[in-house]
Amino acid sequence: MIATRDETLAIRHSDDVVRVRQAVRGEAIAAGLGLVDQTKIVTAASELARNTLDYGLGGTARIETFTDAPRRGVRLTFEDHGPGIADLDQALTDGFTSGSGLGLGLSGARRLSNEFTIHSVVGEGTRVMIARWK
Amino acid sequence: MDRIPILKLGSALLVSIQVDIHDQLARALEEDLSARIVATGARGVMIDISGLDVVDSFMGRMLDNIAAVSRLLDADTVVVGMRPAVAITLVELGLSLTGVKTALNVERGMALIGDGRYEALEDDRAAEGADDRDPG
Repeated sequence: MIATRDETLAIRHSDDVVRVRQAVRGEAIAAGLGLVDQTKIVTAASELARNTLDYGLGGTARIETFTDAPRRGVRLTFEDHGPGIADLDQALTDGFTSGSGLGLGLSGARRLSNEFTIHSVVGEGTRVMIARWK
Repeated sequence: MDRIPILKLGSALLVSIQVDIHDQLARALEEDLSARIVATGARGVMIDISGLDVVDSFMGRMLDNIAAVSRLLDADTVVVGMRPAVAITLVELGLSLTGVKTALNVERGMALIGDGRYEALEDDRAAEGADDRDPG
């Protein structure tokens, strides 16, 4: 797998969530994803960026495009040093929320991605990696 | 602070979201719209999202909330202009916006909330009264 482009954005304010959406859109186009795939990865990115802000108390979004023949796509890594998630199974359940949201953020982002991995340690933080390819 | 403009069109209010907006701006729109419904006595609210290339769960919830609040304030809400890729993504996300009426475009949306009738708003009626002309 070859990473062809790579950038990291800070997520500190809700403006940054907009910036992440726009940057992911740009990379998804560069990776040659179709319109529906672009929309899915940008929507997933929006959910995860908001989680990083609201639950992770801020963090970073790393946006990479990759070529892994015959696949080309976008890989996103959201990382925070917030409180972490104690029960991942529960957090990934539709409708479960510890905040005021709909509880679709993590589960929805997983459905919208071809690949989804999450790693979280209570007291240390959370890292979510998703990818979508054509 | 930035605000999304709310236009009056007959007995309805029209909002066109043209750019990707951040969460605070979406919350402000929710509050502004409910205040304008009460101030104008509008019977319908039309939200044009043809400019949005992404609707995530937050924006979806905001549309749902606006529809619910409008209903309590005696106004119908219709969301128009959703892009096909956005609709596909929303359903996969698990958000089918069951509480929101939708229409393909502004014209059809107007027919839906106004039932074809373009009633005058409260302030328009007052103006007509002062004018004292026979509408026939």
